[in-house]
Amino acid sequence: MRRRARIAVKAVVWGAALAPLGALGWWTVTDDLTANPIAFATAWLGDWTFALLLATLAMTPLRLLFGWGWPATLRRLLGLFAFAYAGLHFAVWILVDHFLNWAQMVRDLVERPYITVGLLALLTLVPLAATSTAAMVRRLGARAWKRLHRLVYVTGVLAALHFLWLAKVGRTDQYLYVATLALLLGVRAGHAARRALARRAGAARVAAPVPGLGGLPDLRGR
Amino acid sequence: MLIRRAARFKASEITDEALYLRRREFIAGGAAALVGGCGRAEAVSAPKPESLAPLPAPRNERLSVREPWTRWEHATTYNNFYEFGVDKDDPARLAGSLRPRPWTLVVDGLVHRPRRYDIDELLRKFPLEERVYPLRCVEAWSMVIPWVGFPLAALLKEVEPTGAARFVEFTTLHDPEQFPAQRRGVLSFASLDWPYTEGLRLDEALHPLTLLAVGMYGRVLPNQNGAPIRLVVPWKYGFKSAKSLVRIRLVREQPATAWNKAAPHEYGFYANVNPEVSHPRWSQATERRIGEFRRRPTLLFNGYAAEVGHLYAGMDLRQDY
Repeated sequence: MRRRARIAVKAVVWGAALAPLGALGWWTVTDDLTANPIAFATAWLGDWTFALLLATLAMTPLRLLFGWGWPATLRRLLGLFAFAYAGLHFAVWILVDHFLNWAQMVRDLVERPYITVGLLALLTLVPLAATSTAAMVRRLGARAWKRLHRLVYVTGVLAALHFLWLAKVGRTDQYLYVATLALLLGVRAGHAARRALARRAGAARVAAPVPGLGGLPDLRGR
Repeated sequence: MLIRRAARFKASEITDEALYLRRREFIAGGAAALVGGCGRAEAVSAPKPESLAPLPAPRNERLSVREPWTRWEHATTYNNFYEFGVDKDDPARLAGSLRPRPWTLVVDGLVHRPRRYDIDELLRKFPLEERVYPLRCVEAWSMVIPWVGFPLAALLKEVEPTGAARFVEFTTLHDPEQFPAQRRGVLSFASLDWPYTEGLRLDEALHPLTLLAVGMYGRVLPNQNGAPIRLVVPWKYGFKSAKSLVRIRLVREQPATAWNKAAPHEYGFYANVNPEVSHPRWSQATERRIGEFRRRPTLLFNGYAAEVGHLYAGMDLRQDY
């Protein structure tokens, strides 16, 4: 992609990712955060955390399905925004909702599985955010870095559990998020399975070379 | 060089000038769609109090709490009324489809004198009073509402329950034309089993605090708050106080109740406000009073322990939640 187009796409991502925060700020100023502003802000930030996490996880499937490489360049930005929103979501819970009532928060964390997994989801994002710079990729080495960053799949599953567990009977929006997550992880799983099959087929052909041809090239590592 | 530069654009790539001049509108529109599409189109507005018929009634000071009332705008825009939808502003946005007049309330079952009442007949027949009650939602928020109504006991006395009656069942209107969430579509999930039913033990129903409300804030009930007549049981979680009632039936067995059917482990038949008994997924120890910043501790029986505690003497409130 051309440099200018890349910059334009990044600008759109920045704008889109900051818009929900801007809306929250605007509604705060106009006293328009519903009758229960704290509950609304918590849910709003939580929804957008999940949406940004899904956007982050959608970049690789776009390459796998359509062969587009450029979305991968947005992955880090989207992931860091997801982390920022998760942090804000958690901060509202600690600072505004419970007003630093540690005793009650600790009890909630222990007794309420949805809160436990929510915090775990946030914690899994910490090492990913901390190693998001190019320097850290070099320091860890691409292989180790990649392995570490697969932790984001765990984040996704924990976030899904968090949402499913907290949603009241009768609500349906949580299923939309969870179905999207399942789709995005499913595309990866399908791709990985196909690769594994191809590798095995390749190995089998190497093990039993066709006489006279001297065997087929080893497909491992492709 | 000049030629190559000129070739960088195809005619089809050039934006029409009229569109180009409106580019900011598209960006603004896109941003609005992005924000609005995710749960919140615009702030829902509260009904004007003057748009509802006045229903003044003397306040029963003895049975009223002395706490500031929740703002009208909050009490009429932040509602759980699943017949309109699961979001808090669905009732305020969609309540126009409910027609609270004419309206008939049937009172029957194990009674000596079953009756059908027209809503206006009820209003004339029973002396109305104002009662300021705290309303504690099972979702850990609360309001203070000045209801206008009459004790359920007065109505039950008229129909004369038989000796066999032990429970009272309340039924909300079931009419998909008036309640959009009761409609069945291809992709719509029924959030609850319609009609919404609730129930009380007869002694709970006869308790002087148990109110049939027909108004609030000195006006008839707004549709989103359960017009034209609803139950108000101030020591129980809000979902017990069924709205838009069409039937009150005296029965022998404990009636099935809507939320209990939907999630039996989460919503019990009794649903007494109790800070010691958590909802399986969240604590009930504290609540947020709408309009206040800090959470406040939740009181046993929503502050009415002295008045209603005896009804549950000897019962394990953890078992009968």
